[in-house]
Amino acid sequence: MHISEGVLSAPVLLTGAFLSLVGLAIGLKNMKNEDIPKVAVLSSAFFVASLIHVPIGPTSAHLVLNGLVGMILGLGAFPSIFVALILQALLFQFGGLTTLGVNTFAMAMPAVLCYYLFRGILRRSKNTAFLGGFLGGGLSLLIAAILISIALIETEKSFISIAGTLLAMHLPVAVIEGIITGFVVVYLKKVKPEALG
Amino acid sequence: MHLEEFSEGNSFLHRADPRVKILIFAIFSVLCAVASGIKTPTLFLLYSFILLLIARLKIKSLIARLLIANFFIAFIWFFIPLTYPGNSYVTLGSMKISHEGLRYALSITIKCNAIIIATITLLSTSSIFSIAHAMLHLRVPKKLVTIFFLFYRYITVIHEEYLKIKKAIALRGFVPKTNLNTYKTYAYIVGGMLIKSYERAEEIYKAMLCRGFKGYFPLFEHFYIRKSDIIFGVISISIFILIGVKS
Repeated sequence: MHISEGVLSAPVLLTGAFLSLVGLAIGLKNMKNEDIPKVAVLSSAFFVASLIHVPIGPTSAHLVLNGLVGMILGLGAFPSIFVALILQALLFQFGGLTTLGVNTFAMAMPAVLCYYLFRGILRRSKNTAFLGGFLGGGLSLLIAAILISIALIETEKSFISIAGTLLAMHLPVAVIEGIITGFVVVYLKKVKPEALG
Repeated sequence: MHLEEFSEGNSFLHRADPRVKILIFAIFSVLCAVASGIKTPTLFLLYSFILLLIARLKIKSLIARLLIANFFIAFIWFFIPLTYPGNSYVTLGSMKISHEGLRYALSITIKCNAIIIATITLLSTSSIFSIAHAMLHLRVPKKLVTIFFLFYRYITVIHEEYLKIKKAIALRGFVPKTNLNTYKTYAYIVGGMLIKSYERAEEIYKAMLCRGFKGYFPLFEHFYIRKSDIIFGVISISIFILIGVKS
């Protein structure tokens, strides 16, 4: 899912870095001091959650949950996803540090978008909350995959076949992300409604 | 969780000032990422190999790491030589393999590995906390560094919570399958972890307030740059300039 080092062209890397910087700046500016530990420790939880592999037929996929990050942290999704990606690059060499901007924006932008799109439905009732969670969780992952594909195709036209394969691979994952996000949202609504931003 | 595999060691790179290492890495990775063709990236890869010799890391974990990192690259080798536009082809049965495509895939592979080896040798040889500390010195916003610090600190704590929940559901006979019940169970695991972290964060904040938290942690220890760090920096940057001029 995350693009490795050395693949993308300079203009694409720069655009990604710029967009992520803007997102980070807005996210940090809107964050009160009392929110710092919340954003940090919830990011730890999302990081651990992303280590969980769920079965899909004969294979399995790890959870991404970027939509859920958005629904809980709002604009804090940018710093949250940024620190997680830095750590992945430093510890596991997943993704990369030069591609940090592109990868952060691709994951965090849909998260923030879905936060604003589905905030209303999430608050209304339990049934609409599941729907909001499902749509938000699924769409966030799909839009992220689309943004990654755009970054690839903008770098080199013949990446189109790779981008297409990536997108197709993410379709079933998006459905499962949606289902799980939906259940998590309903659960949080029952047990700790104030957690939903 | 044993996460910082490469930070244990006592080579020159393990002892070097993290600020210098971050700066060298930043310059190196940007130059290497925007390089094109085969020659320039190969020279950068050579520089990375020299770092590798200096760092003396565990070969086994290093190779394992590089293999995982090259997963995406394998994807590119699978697709690009068949679809890249170019005039010269080698025909292999019914497939046309483009020379230009092969060159392009090779270039990406070299660049990717050069930067990854530099990440491991320059950055992973410091502990995450020293990197965070160095980020403060390099004027990364304090709020962001504080988030990064707490985020990393609490991963192990939350991971232990996760292992506890996992044990609990295993005791109740949970076997993951492709069905709704499995997904629901995973959702409740995630939900449980989120609530625990949410409450934990509130406690942490109160504890931090009691200790006079104002949005950042003041620096207690300081780095001292040594002569060898400066020499390392100067040599590295001269090499980068040479590579730039030569190609």
